[in-house]
Amino acid sequence: MLAFILRRLAQSLLALLVMSALVFIGVYAIGNPVDILINPQADQAEIERVTAALGLDQPVWTQYWLFISAAFTGDLGKSFASNVPAVQLILQRMPATVELALTAMVIAIVIGLPLGLWAGLKPDSFAAKSIMAGSILGFSLPTFWVGLMLIMIFSVWLGWLPSTGRGETIEVLGLHLSFFTWDGLKHLLMPAINLALFKLSLLIRLTRAGTREAMVQDYVRFARAKGVPENRVVSVHVLKNILIPIVTVVGLEFGSLIAFAIITETVFAWPGMGKLLIDSINVLDRPVIVAYLMIIVFLFILINLAVDILYTALDPRVRLTGMRG
Amino acid sequence: MITGTAALPASSPLREFATSYARSRVAVTALIVLLLILAVAICAPLISPQDPYDLAQLDIMDSKLAPGAKNGAGWTFLLGTDDQGRDMLSAIFHGLRISLGVGVLSTVVALAIGIVVGLIAAYVGGWTDAIIMRVVDLQLSFPTILIALILLAILGQGIDKIIVALITVQWAYYARTVRGAALVEKRKEYVDAAVCLGYTPVRIVLRHIMPNVLPPLIVVATVQVAHAITLEATLSFLGLGMPITSPSLGLLISNGFTHLLSGKYWISFFPGLALLMTIVAINLVGDQLRDVLNPRLK
Repeated sequence: MLAFILRRLAQSLLALLVMSALVFIGVYAIGNPVDILINPQADQAEIERVTAALGLDQPVWTQYWLFISAAFTGDLGKSFASNVPAVQLILQRMPATVELALTAMVIAIVIGLPLGLWAGLKPDSFAAKSIMAGSILGFSLPTFWVGLMLIMIFSVWLGWLPSTGRGETIEVLGLHLSFFTWDGLKHLLMPAINLALFKLSLLIRLTRAGTREAMVQDYVRFARAKGVPENRVVSVHVLKNILIPIVTVVGLEFGSLIAFAIITETVFAWPGMGKLLIDSINVLDRPVIVAYLMIIVFLFILINLAVDILYTALDPRVRLTGMRG
Repeated sequence: MITGTAALPASSPLREFATSYARSRVAVTALIVLLLILAVAICAPLISPQDPYDLAQLDIMDSKLAPGAKNGAGWTFLLGTDDQGRDMLSAIFHGLRISLGVGVLSTVVALAIGIVVGLIAAYVGGWTDAIIMRVVDLQLSFPTILIALILLAILGQGIDKIIVALITVQWAYYARTVRGAALVEKRKEYVDAAVCLGYTPVRIVLRHIMPNVLPPLIVVATVQVAHAITLEATLSFLGLGMPITSPSLGLLISNGFTHLLSGKYWISFFPGLALLMTIVAINLVGDQLRDVLNPRLK
């Protein structure tokens, strides 16, 4: 078991290194940030001074080495645009993104689980068919367009909800959150629904498939034969069994929610990490781009590792093949 | 994995295929819509009321007209105009052409790369297989949007770059699917027979294994075109996709975004509707194709 974890850890570290080299060298290849940062009237000496100050006169390998050795101490460089450490810039924006992603996940679970259960229990009913048709739409509609339509309907036409920003935030445990003020909640609602839509459809399908499979199992028939009321069969016997894959997926999908938040944050001008990334790409703020990507890659590798280890711990079949492979 | 077409009786496989496809009325409607969209995309320069990118035909006085409005010269703009006085209907026709072109081209190339790489991994095995699959696994553990964003941040804007990005995010999926299917085929007797007959490995892979792996994959690829179109639209919306000179549907929507807040919905809404119809039609057709060709459902 320990050997397996150690080997997965080593693999993860290797993946992180490979991704960091790809991202760093790739981003290094785009344009010259000095052109954007400096006054167009600056003379050659000034340009060289700025280039040297940013370390851009060094060969790419030296730059990468400096970057990676600093990265291990948690320093991912300073933003060219604002001269603030990139990590600090991103960490400032992180609570907004995490708040958005968590709210979206909660919405997806609270709505998706009952709908999926219903569709699985009565697969031929009109309601079930509508739910499934809706989930196909949720899968295929482009997130950004749904966001635009939400803004059009609820902000422009009805005027019920604000279309941009986070609204009023209050400090909870040192973090600024929108969730606990009425104004903030109004700002949060549309982006969260927008972000939740895809995961909602996914959860509906998963729950439905799981329920349909579980309903024909022997333990359900046995419970019925024993005279367990139908409500209890569903809420205890079925739900408990289908929850395992659902919990896994919810955990795995959290990382992708953070990634997809880039789109929602751009549509609703939500001041999170994703919006920061797009803004940084537009001004070629290299350290922030690299730092964002490194942090998100790290997050993904961490999530994958955690899921792998949890799987191994929970499921003996995976444990055996995992050891051998 | 037995191919769907092979399971049909030899007498009139095409007719049988058509009959079982036509069993779903929704799918037939979707197919008609899709064919119409394709026709519009292909004939866009012929049927558009206006050449939206010929600046001589644009009049700034016509800008932001509502759908159905007429301008001074008596032109009617069925779907309104954008901020430069461009007829939205013509812009959408041309946008469809670009979006569909990019989606189909990138999917076809990604499919070809995925097939070649997947077959190599499955047939050669060993270290080659291990390395290829590690790369595939690494890539598939990240969301497509993230990979595409990284690539476009690196490559910059341009129609060729977005095609490269769309190919890069798609190939790994096909490679893994092909490898899985090819490994199953490789163990079957007809492959052993071909080996005994002394055929070269290239011939065995291309003439014996590939034809049995391909058909289910092509159905998957149909639906993937919709994903590619969505992804391109999203990237263009984020300002990282198409250049302003080749406005896809995503870029049209993005351009209309600023006017949406002032109530001029049509600049964003109609391109979005066109995008939506395309994506939903492709998905419905793909779903039905999969059901019809799936031998297990017969």
